[in-house]
Amino acid sequence: MEKERQLLVVFPHPDDEAFGVSGTIASHVKNGTPVTYACLTLGEMGRNMGNPPFCNRESLPKIRKQELQDAANAIGIQDLRMLGYRDKTVEFEDPEKLIQHMGAIIEEVKPSLIISFYPGYSVHPDHDATGAAVVEAVKRMPKQERPKLNLVAFAKNCIDELGEPDIVHNISAVMPQKIAALKAHKSQTQLMVANVEEKLKQKDPDMLAWLENERFWSYEIEN
Amino acid sequence: MEPAKIESVQKELDRLAKQDVFIHLETTNGAYATHNDESFFSSGAYIRNAKIQYEHGKITGPNPFRVGLKMDIGWVYAEGITHYEVDEKGRLLLAGHDFQGKLAVALEIGTTPFE
Repeated sequence: MEKERQLLVVFPHPDDEAFGVSGTIASHVKNGTPVTYACLTLGEMGRNMGNPPFCNRESLPKIRKQELQDAANAIGIQDLRMLGYRDKTVEFEDPEKLIQHMGAIIEEVKPSLIISFYPGYSVHPDHDATGAAVVEAVKRMPKQERPKLNLVAFAKNCIDELGEPDIVHNISAVMPQKIAALKAHKSQTQLMVANVEEKLKQKDPDMLAWLENERFWSYEIEN
Repeated sequence: MEPAKIESVQKELDRLAKQDVFIHLETTNGAYATHNDESFFSSGAYIRNAKIQYEHGKITGPNPFRVGLKMDIGWVYAEGITHYEVDEKGRLLLAGHDFQGKLAVALEIGTTPFE
């Protein structure tokens, strides 16, 4: 993995970072790269609250805020920013306001690499809206100042339309950090993590491949 | 949250009647329903901090329960309610959790706005 000067991660929900990119983030931290993670919402409208439920619609954001902090600690993120948007409403914000907000963070942090969602291929409307704002903010920068964009996609049609991801990081060296990040999002991953750990113990090849390989599409901006 | 009980919830609905209250009403099947099953038609709605007054409210069952609030010129309705809680601000939180424990419906009533 190439050493980066500064990494900026932008996702809308606590736990978006855990599944697909926490190993990559932990690897950059290990390389000595400073990481800023801007998380737009607190996942206020999540449906998972434990079974039986240990929280409710109103206490969920407080719990997820702590989980986000715990996950950030687990993978070594020192600059965690919660941007104060509300779950499920990102696509309804004034797009210009969102683009400018992303632009201001990029200008301040001056990343050499940004990790976010691939607009149009990321299933959740908040994911697509976040990715679109980040891409547009980068497009507006002078060409020589633009950071690289490594984007995450998981829509059913992403391979057909985007091709295979051109970047695959094997993150087995930081697997404990990744599992810790997944576990930190307890309200969301409680049931899943038990299943993951069981399969890991059995060395299930599909599960290992899914966890070990983090996949990105690099996004090229013309002109 | 505790499993909903008709008597306890009814008492709270009575307590909050005939005054200005704020409600959060929501149904959801999750943002990934169609991604996980293409034959599933994803739908949902929520309203947060609608200010209303209801003349009377009622919870009826069997479990999962239904709740209706009768207003001067309309109704508020939720079905699938399984759990309830009165939080530290005295707000009545009603929720329906599906067979996997995931939230499917919520109806919350408070005398102050939700954050």
